[in-house]
Amino acid sequence: MKFAVVVFPGSNCEQDTRHVLADVAGQEADYVWYATAGEEALAGYDCVVLPGGFAYGDYLRVGAIAAIAPVMEAVRAHADAGGLVLGICNGFQVLLEAGLLPGAILRNRSLEFRSQWVHLRVEDARTPFTREYRPGQVLRVPIAHGDGNYFADPQTLSEIEAGGQVVFRYCEPGGAVTDAGNPNGSVNAIAGLRNRRGNVLGLMPHPERCSEPVLGGTDGLGMWRSLVSSLVEA
Amino acid sequence: MLARIHVTLKPGVNDPQGLAIAGGLRQLGFAGVEGVRAGRFLEVRLDAADERAAARAVEAMCQRLLANPVIERYAYEITDGDPEAVEAAIAETVEEEA
Repeated sequence: MKFAVVVFPGSNCEQDTRHVLADVAGQEADYVWYATAGEEALAGYDCVVLPGGFAYGDYLRVGAIAAIAPVMEAVRAHADAGGLVLGICNGFQVLLEAGLLPGAILRNRSLEFRSQWVHLRVEDARTPFTREYRPGQVLRVPIAHGDGNYFADPQTLSEIEAGGQVVFRYCEPGGAVTDAGNPNGSVNAIAGLRNRRGNVLGLMPHPERCSEPVLGGTDGLGMWRSLVSSLVEA
Repeated sequence: MLARIHVTLKPGVNDPQGLAIAGGLRQLGFAGVEGVRAGRFLEVRLDAADERAAARAVEAMCQRLLANPVIERYAYEITDGDPEAVEAAIAETVEEEA
């Protein structure tokens, strides 16, 4: 399987992400520079990952300038063709700004930068990103963001919920979705969601930071295993 | 030409920054503060044939980049293209902010 990890000016999780894909999941993984233009820039890749960081210093709005970077033409073409796209943290914000996922991100309700472990409930275990998890499984995954407060207007939100597009919700360790388990104020405790077609996923938490025991947790491994098993079958 | 653009969160969209600023003002004793909405102010200098052409360009800029229509709304005014007037307007703004 061949993964592309897109690098924007200000990305800072691209090495962690590539390390996990290559050294832990044992897959081929390349960096692709943001300035790479043309629809064919990502030809030959099975999955495109937009990593975490602070692309363009979060100027204007988080993800806004990265969403119009030259490489995004190819990311859009890859998604339109049914290719897998995964956005983690800042990568999720970029996908929202690019319109590849519905909704937007606001400043954390607390106004604090939150760097901590959170619990996520797997709402949809049928996606190519989550098929190795069990429905309702609770994962322990770290977050690190100041802008992670997911927002969608009531109509969009009801469409997202009706379409089963919520893939991860913040929850308490036992799996209860409560305000106390929600670290940033996201509406309906949404931590990650997919597009209607199911080939684009964005999430604020960092599965690449919990895929090796030395890092204090391995609950992120299921995502890489899911991607690999879905790509093998495809 | 000079476009002065205001981008603010739509009504109904939670504004944690505005809430914190309102709290700060009350802390300072401004008891009459009923609410604060934080936003962005941008000045765009641009070359355009006339004000209508400038407005068309600025409208497109707001829709495609400067505002996120999911959460924000925008308003702008466009002033004369006289470079000296533009520089003066900017200097005035800088002074007001200082």
